[in-house]
Amino acid sequence: MNLSPEDVQDILKVLDSTDYDELHLETDRFVLRLRRAPGGWTEEREALGEARLVPGQAVEEGVPAEEPNRARDSTSAGEDADPQRQGMHAVRAPLPGVLYRAPKPGEPPFVEVGDHVEADTVVAILETMKLMNPVRAGAAGTVSHFAVTNSEPAGQGDVLLWLLPDAPTPGEP
Amino acid sequence: MRIRRLLVANRGEIALRILGTCERLGIETVLAASDADLDSPAARRADSVVRLGPALPAHSYLSVGAVLRAALASGAGAVHPGYGFLSESPALADACASAGLSFVGPSAEHLRALGDKLRARAAAVAAGLPVLPGGEVTSVAEAESLLDRTGLPVLVKAVGGGGGRGMRLVEHAGELARALELSVAEAHAAFGDGRVYLERYVAPGRHVEVQLLADGERVLHVGERDCSVQRRYQKLLEEAPAAGLPETLRLSMHAAAVRLGRHLGYRGLGTVEFLVDVGREDFFFLEVNPRIQVEHPVTEATTHLDLVAEQLYVAEGRPLRLGQGDVAFDGHAIECRVNAEDPERDFAPSPGTVTSMRLPAGEGIRVDAGAQSGSTVPPYYDSLLAKLVVSGPDRSAAIARLAGALDRFTVDGVPTTIPLHRRLVADPAFRAGGVDTGWLSRVLAPGAGGAHQPSFPGAPGALEEAEVSTRG
Repeated sequence: MNLSPEDVQDILKVLDSTDYDELHLETDRFVLRLRRAPGGWTEEREALGEARLVPGQAVEEGVPAEEPNRARDSTSAGEDADPQRQGMHAVRAPLPGVLYRAPKPGEPPFVEVGDHVEADTVVAILETMKLMNPVRAGAAGTVSHFAVTNSEPAGQGDVLLWLLPDAPTPGEP
Repeated sequence: MRIRRLLVANRGEIALRILGTCERLGIETVLAASDADLDSPAARRADSVVRLGPALPAHSYLSVGAVLRAALASGAGAVHPGYGFLSESPALADACASAGLSFVGPSAEHLRALGDKLRARAAAVAAGLPVLPGGEVTSVAEAESLLDRTGLPVLVKAVGGGGGRGMRLVEHAGELARALELSVAEAHAAFGDGRVYLERYVAPGRHVEVQLLADGERVLHVGERDCSVQRRYQKLLEEAPAAGLPETLRLSMHAAAVRLGRHLGYRGLGTVEFLVDVGREDFFFLEVNPRIQVEHPVTEATTHLDLVAEQLYVAEGRPLRLGQGDVAFDGHAIECRVNAEDPERDFAPSPGTVTSMRLPAGEGIRVDAGAQSGSTVPPYYDSLLAKLVVSGPDRSAAIARLAGALDRFTVDGVPTTIPLHRRLVADPAFRAGGVDTGWLSRVLAPGAGGAHQPSFPGAPGALEEAEVSTRG
């Protein structure tokens, strides 16, 4: 069973009439911690236990299972050592989100491979929590290739696309 | 048909909210969860969980097929869509009806009529409700001639929009042609419906909405809520009742909302949104939200009703068990939305991991939280982490209790809107009550002291910076 908010209120009333400053209740289903704080009580609740999965599933046909937030092209020693990446500028996701290459569905992409961009050119948008965030190139150069495809998720710091910079950028982090 | 097993096709705090009522009523729960939510507090609490699909909403929470398959796979007799996602989807309501499942919401026909903002406006006119001067425009010439009636500034709104999405403010006649062109293109991309209409822009205005509960024949109102504290049309803090509203105006709004519900033959929970013209003490119909709303707890805190329980009762095809006389109002309640957003960085969304979450507790305090210590806040969904709802015998008592509760509310790991709420409840204009929808932007404006700005003339700051880059 779970405690309802009313149950917690009742427990607090009991605690109020005592000298206790803290109550810690733990079952295999939940943890409840009540603490006396300046001005009143604080509560920490945690649901425990695993989700009980129904055997059948509703997943659409043909939709691949995916690991959310999977870092797919993030920084690694191996990647930076890749000779093909030498001298390239990585445009990275400033925050996790879903990459869109065009301002709206059906419109032409912001940039195509081979396009020349300036540092402040918008090269894509990342949708994070229903907000659209423009992603700028960060360096002048030529778009070499995209590391994340349109409408796919990217983790924070993931490489979205690679630029061949106009000026060499040794030691690109 | 009694609901014995309910599929909850939503996530976060509203999923937990619905599970709580079901536990109390002895209804077995199945949560439809995306792969990003299989470890969420709601998934751990539901009696069982069915995998809905990948994290991206289009393949999970927004997929009618996936939700229907989840309901059938789990043997649920009814589907509760919560708010957002498919809650206003006629396609899901139709699919449920075809499969012999109850959809916890109004009929598909009502969802269609209310989702089309021009049809909703026409229904309001037919029911005798005041609407703002305006109407559909299909050409620049039409729009220009309509300006005689709307005046300037004017809002261009998407017929398929609503909830603050797909709106654009036009202040000068010279901007009209360009604004129309952009709005039509955006409406088409975002809603698959390029139709737009004009409505007079009112400043200063307050956003006041009336909660309805209906069974298809009888319609009750459950009082009003004031949701004027908004940023870019997104509500941040709501309260019930609306402070300082003349009693005759309040009662006329309740009556108008009930009239519209009766005219529609509405069934379920619904909210009629109004714009109150502060200068003229007058009100105008905006739209109807045919679902449970985020801010419903302030109504519950002042009426001691469980709106989800009443919603389920009506969804079982039963007549309302309450009369208008059973709805009694008591005290004042305020809700603060705690979002994973950074107010210091222009409200940048802040997904990540909640390393620790400590809630205020005590008399008159309720927290509906979708996250707990250790929770991941995924980037795929909205940023609402929790709602702090505080009530007291009157508004000043509620504010005093709220200030203390906010001081005891700590979230570590992701920045939240808690510090902003602390600032807002200390603001003299908020404490005086009755701020307009432009107030929050004026408080947030760089260099604004916030407190002593005159509330009129209302610079339409929120509208100028309105986000239009919404994606269907």
